[in-house]
Order: sequence, then structure tokens, then C-alpha cells
Amino acid sequence: MLQKLINFFSKTIISISLIITTFSASAIDEVNVYSYRQAFLVEPLFEQFTKQSGIKVNVVFAKKGMAERLAREGQYSPADILLTTDISRLIELRDRDLLQANNAEVLIDAIPSQYRSTDNTWFALTTRVRNIYSSKRLGDINISYEDLADSQYKGRICTRSGKHPYTVALVASMIAEHGETKTLAWLESFKANLARKPQGNDRGQVQAIHQNLCDISLGNSYYFGKMLKDKNQKVWADGVNINFPNQNNRGAHVNISGIGLAKHSPNLDNAKALMAFLVSKPAQQLYAETNMEYPVRPGVAPSKLVASWGDFKADTLSLETIAKNRKLALKLIDKARFDL
Amino acid sequence: MTKIVKNKRGRKALLRSPIYITSLLLMIPVLVMLAAGVSVSTDLFSHLWQTVLPDYIANTLLLGVFVVILSIIFGVISAALIVHTNIKGKAVLRWLLMLPLAMPAYLVAYLYTDLFDYAGPVQRTMRAWFQWQSPSDYVFFDIRTLGGASIIIALVLFPYIYMLARTAFEQQDQNLLRVSRLLGLSATQSFYKVALPLARPAIAVAASLVLMETLADFATVQYFAVNTLTTAIYDTWLGYSDLAAANALASVLMLFIFFTLVIEQRARAGQAHQSNRINKNHQLINLSISAQFFASSFCWLLAIAGFILPFILLVIMAWQHSNFEQFLLLVPTGINSIEIAVWAASLTTILAMLFTLFKRLTTGKWRSLPMQISGFGYAIPGTVLAMAMLSTFAPIDYFINDIAHLLGLKRPGLLLSGSIFAIIFAYIVRFAAIANGTIDSGIKQIPKSLDYAPASLGASLIKTLTKIHIPLLKSSIWVAWLLVFVEAMKELPAVLLLRPFNYETLSTHIYQLISDEMLEQGALGAIFIVLLGLLPIVWLNQHKNDSHNNNTEEQP
Repeated sequence: MLQKLINFFSKTIISISLIITTFSASAIDEVNVYSYRQAFLVEPLFEQFTKQSGIKVNVVFAKKGMAERLAREGQYSPADILLTTDISRLIELRDRDLLQANNAEVLIDAIPSQYRSTDNTWFALTTRVRNIYSSKRLGDINISYEDLADSQYKGRICTRSGKHPYTVALVASMIAEHGETKTLAWLESFKANLARKPQGNDRGQVQAIHQNLCDISLGNSYYFGKMLKDKNQKVWADGVNINFPNQNNRGAHVNISGIGLAKHSPNLDNAKALMAFLVSKPAQQLYAETNMEYPVRPGVAPSKLVASWGDFKADTLSLETIAKNRKLALKLIDKARFDL
Repeated sequence: MTKIVKNKRGRKALLRSPIYITSLLLMIPVLVMLAAGVSVSTDLFSHLWQTVLPDYIANTLLLGVFVVILSIIFGVISAALIVHTNIKGKAVLRWLLMLPLAMPAYLVAYLYTDLFDYAGPVQRTMRAWFQWQSPSDYVFFDIRTLGGASIIIALVLFPYIYMLARTAFEQQDQNLLRVSRLLGLSATQSFYKVALPLARPAIAVAASLVLMETLADFATVQYFAVNTLTTAIYDTWLGYSDLAAANALASVLMLFIFFTLVIEQRARAGQAHQSNRINKNHQLINLSISAQFFASSFCWLLAIAGFILPFILLVIMAWQHSNFEQFLLLVPTGINSIEIAVWAASLTTILAMLFTLFKRLTTGKWRSLPMQISGFGYAIPGTVLAMAMLSTFAPIDYFINDIAHLLGLKRPGLLLSGSIFAIIFAYIVRFAAIANGTIDSGIKQIPKSLDYAPASLGASLIKTLTKIHIPLLKSSIWVAWLLVFVEAMKELPAVLLLRPFNYETLSTHIYQLISDEMLEQGALGAIFIVLLGLLPIVWLNQHKNDSHNNNTEEQP
């Protein structure tokens, strides 16, 4: 019994000292990324960066709570860079004072002003459109987000949860355009048109269209490319048209994946180097191509596949304005009991 | 009747404070959570209450009730069949019924929703066979409902009840049943009137574990498009960015569970039985041919639905999408998972022994307090717990850094909150309930006379514990260790948030892929989790088999 206790304590002491030693200074040059994107999506890019600069990139991926973690860690946080898949996360990080400004010219020159914050704390890296997928059974249509509430589609629309950041961002843009009351009415009619309770993800809705459960769904643009590349999902994508809504008026709703510099970044120079790399032309091309998104840097063409979906007009409403309506959007979604 | 520890005043004081302090340490995250919820504003709450909260609460209650009832049905019936009847294939079914535990719930949820969805293979095949074109042409159950979620979750969690009920049935004094038979009751009646009530404490403990696990779950339930109180917690926290409201809701959830547990404990207060010489020779009930058929079907259906079918689906996916090289790459990840799980399992088991033995061997109104309060962590959703960990340890880390700076040393950074220490602590807080419950129901089977009989023969407290209680508790200790190990292997939300750089576990690995619709690529990692969870289960079964084989006799 005593022997066991001694064994236990010595192991504890050894483990603790091991933990401590892992925090001793390492000689390698590195930069630490907290990412809302899966590591394997950004890995090709980071490998390229390491090859070029010799700086190692460490990534931690989590879908929820990274901002909280960052806030708690405070000045001792090892994070240098924050990578997000959505505008709302970036705004949240900025509002909680977790980011610092990066005024590097190369960033300001590379990114149009509507895709970065006014105080240079966050920057978009790629853009993606919230498309409306329509079944080829309907033929070619010219559809807008407002049409989702139209009774002609009753019982024929599938969508993911109303609480998902992509949906919330869309509703926020509707509020910016139409105001609170009209958007609530739109949400309620939209809900009445649903074929089933909101469930699954964007690709799952296209699958449902393929199975004739519905004819219309909302989805991000890059999923179209991902489905075409997947041997099981290609048949779903072949059955739908990818529509860019609201081309007759304000343009299609656009969201971004973006990046911010952590306030207490321990490897500041490396972090800035990484950010500069990510907005460079070859990196923009690689990033956009890997994930089938639209590069944010003007003059960089999207991949052939993405370009084949057509040119489109994007909603030029500033993302900051849209993000301001986020909480109100959530309230309206709750009021309309969209998910229930 | 004197209790051992009361003898020497000094010893009594020595034992008590460390134990109370340890249990309080485990309570800290809960307290942090409660404190953070105090500053909640009523605005958001009234908005939620007017819109969605009543539905969420209703769903939560219904889900809890359905899952508990279903898993009790699944677990108690199968345990009874295995222990008390001559069901065919018993040797295999014995451990097969434990296996669903090795399957992460979110994985089973994913596999089954894909399987039974409108667009899934089952319905597609049916439509192809019968030429149905659209959903209005036929009736098929919708798996993405409260009912569907309840069944799936019950399938994954019933092994808790199965294992604890089975242990209870096996450890019961069979003389009681023989007496009941002598008094004229049939074998089945004896079971219902004697064996089942005697096992009630164990079943109740397991049921409370199942309830807490169900209510704290988010990922599985979200996948079924069922919105519960945890949905509200995540919405307020991540959507409305109102941490106070999120913590307040989590506290409400915990209070609800607390009251359920108190009510359940009151209901079985006063129930206790012990005999000095336990007869474990079971007389098996003979089943008729039709009864055999139903019994076997029932047990095999559970095993297939809960484990075999999902496992086969995973193997098929891994076969089509992975190779051996990827398997080798997963080995370091697997080692990380094992490392954390072993730490968590060992520490929770040791603590559970301390708390339960303390409760048993001491007097005083508050002796069961350490055990009970250390168990609350199970009801906290994983991500909320992770947040509480950070809130607790980051300030301590700050303090350590300040001291280091004062002493002129290099600042060590986030020693506690930024290393696997936080993860292991989180797991201990979260899984203490499992170990406590298991060992406590095991300890109840030890006759009270064994507490002080050795003292009358001159044995010290330590000797009594090591030579009498702990050997008798062996199977409970191993079951407790095993349950926590398996749970720690599967756990996802807390480790996802707390892990340091370049530290992946199997669950975080497959989560990356699942969350991007790439389960096929993640199947290999999933199989790895399941196999590593299986190993202790199988080993445990072997170990128990040897001692158990001596105890059964067939009815002549």
C-alpha cells in the first residue's frame, strides 16, 4: 500500500516535471494558430509557408469556444493568429478586445476595404457566397432570398438549423436591408415553406433535393465543388443548379473566412509574416483553390471550377454592418421558432 | 456499535479534512459556473422564455424520461436474463452487451441518422423496391425526432445499467431467493419481489448516470435536430455571447438534476440488507423454447443495434477509405488518448475509494457529502466544464507566473490551464460520479459486520481496508476504472477546447473529419477508439469469468 503510494507520487512528480519542460523555450521558429477551420483544410497552405520561411506553424482546431479560451488565457496565451470561417467570430474577437491591429501596408493594399475592419484588426482571406441551390426539375430560375417566403415553394424548401452562423449572417443581412418587422415576417413565411424541420448541414439539403424531398435549399458556394469532387455526392450536385440570388438588386450575400492577430501574440514577427504570406498572390490562389472559395485579393482568379459557376454581383453592404445585426437576427429566429 | 474511525480523536481529525478539501477542490468548477451565472440579466431570459425556452425544457424533460426508461428496460431485462436464466449463448452475450459502451454516442447518432434518413440506404432501397416516389407515398419513422434520439442514446448508455444491475444480481445472497421459493413464489415472482428490489440501489445509481449523461449531451442531440436546454446554453453562450446567461442555464440544469437525485435518494433511504454469509450459487430459471427465442432475440438485438451494426459500418468505411499507413499515423494520437484516459480513470477510482470508504467507515451527518458533491460534474456539458476549468486555472497560472517573475525566474506560461493537467482535472470532475456510483453500490454489498469484526481481532484500520474491503471491492473497482477509461477515451467537447498545441486525441481527430462530412476518412480513428475501449472490457470480462464460473449451478 505504501509502496503503491510512493509509486503514485513519483509518477506524479515526473509527469509534472515533464509538463513543465514542455514549456521551456524551444529553439525553433514557430507561430501558433487558433483555428475555427479544420487543420487539414489549412495545412497545405501552412506547409507552403514553412517551406518558404522556415517558420513552423502549430494549429489547434475547435469549433466552439476558442474566443473564450483566448480571453481566459489573457496575456499568457500562446496564440498568435486566429483563423475563422465566419464574420461573426471575427467581430466577436474584436469586440472582446482579443485582437490587435496589423497596419502592414501589404495587407491594406491586398484586401478591399469592405473585407477588412476599419481599425485593421481583422481581415478576410476568402469569400464565399450563400447560394440557393435549386433542383434541375424546376429548370432555370432567377431567385432571390426574399422568394424563400413565397408560397410557390410551399413544402419544397430544405435548410440547416436557423441558429447556424451562416443562417444567422444571412438573416442579419436581411435585417440590414429590410428592417426588423419585415424580416420577421419573412422568417415566418420561410419557415412555413419548409419541407422538414431544419436539420443536417448544407450538403445534406442537396442530398434531400436529390431524393425529391424538396426543390430549394441554401448552401455555401464551396459545397458545390466539394460535392462534385466526391464520388458519392457528385450525383447530388448534378441534380441542382447553383444560383446567385438577388442579381437584380443588391447582389448575393457574401460571408468570409478571415484572420486576426492575437492581442498578446508571443511570436509577433512570425505572425505578421504569416499574415503577409496569406494575402500574397500565390497563397490566395492556393487557399481559394483548396477550399473552392473566392480569393479576396483583387486580381487573383478563382479556380477554373469555381469560375465556371459564373460571374456574379456580390452584396456590397459592409460586413461590419451585417455583423451588428447578428444578435437581433438570433432574436428574430427565436421569435419565429424557426428550428422548432 | 462503534465505527472504527471514532476510536482515536487525532485520527478522526486527520482523515476528515483532507477528504473534505479534496471533494471541495472537485467542486470548484461547479462553483465557478454558479458564480458566473449570478450576474445574468433578465432581458435575455425573458426573451428566451417567451420564445423557445419552454419547448427546450419540455424536450429536456421528455428526453431524460424516455432515455432513462428505455435504458432501464434494456439494461435490467438483459442483466436478469444473463444472471438468472439459462439463456442460450450466455457466455458470449455476457460481454457483448457491454460493448455498446465503447461506441461514442455522436458516432452512433451519425451512423444511424445516415442509415435511416429519408435519403439514407434503408429508405432508398424501400422506395426502389416498392416504387414509391415521395414521402407522402409511405409511412416510415422519422429518426430525427425526440423518439429517435431517445432510442439511440438509450442504446449507447444502457450498458451502464446492464453492468451495475448484473453485478448486483450476481452479488446478491441467493438464499433469499431460495427462501422466497420455499414460501411458495415461483422463480419469476421471486425475481420481481426479491432480487429486483434488492438491486434497486445499483439500478438507481446507473439510471442517474444515464440521466446526467443524456442531459449534458449536446452534439448527439443536436445531430437529431432536437433542441434541449443544452441547446439554449450553447445559443446564449456562442450566439448571444452572454456567458452569464449560459452559466445560469447550466446551473438550472444542474439544480434540476440535483433535485432528481435527492428525490431518488430519499425514496430509497432506509433500504438496506446484508447477510453475513452470502450464497452466490445461482439457481437458474429454465426458459421454455419460445421464451428462449424471445430472450435471445431481445439480447441479440441490443448487441447488434448497440454495437455490432455500427462497428461493421465503420469497418466497411475504413476498408474503403483508409490504409495501414494512416493507421500507423494514428498511433501517437492513440497514445495521447490512452494517456489521458488512464490518468483520469486511475485518479477518479482512487478518489472514489477514498470518498466511499469515508462515507462507510465514519460517523457524522456529512459523511456522504464528499462523495455526493464530487459527483455533480457529470451533469455539466463538456464545453461548459472546459470553460470553468479555464476560469479556475488561468488565474492560478497567472499567480504562478507572477511569483516566478518576482523570483527572477523565467515565466513558465500557462502551466495548468494550458497543459493536459486541465484536461485530466476536467475529466476527474466530470467522471467522478461514475466511479463513485460504481464503488458505492459495490460497497453496499459488503456486510456491515465486516467493518468492525477485524478490529475485534486486533487488525488496524489500514489492515481492515487493505485485507478485507478492497479485495471484496475488487470487481467494483475494476468496473469503475473501466467505465471511466472508456468514457475518457470517447470524450470530445472538453478535450477539444482545452488541448494544447500539437496534441490530438482520437476523438478530436475524428471530430475534425465528422464535422466536415468526412466520417469515411475518420472511420479508422473511430475504430481505434472503439477497439481501445474494448480491450479493458474484454479483459475485465475474462478476469470476472474466472471468479464467476465457480458460482453457478444449473437447476436439476
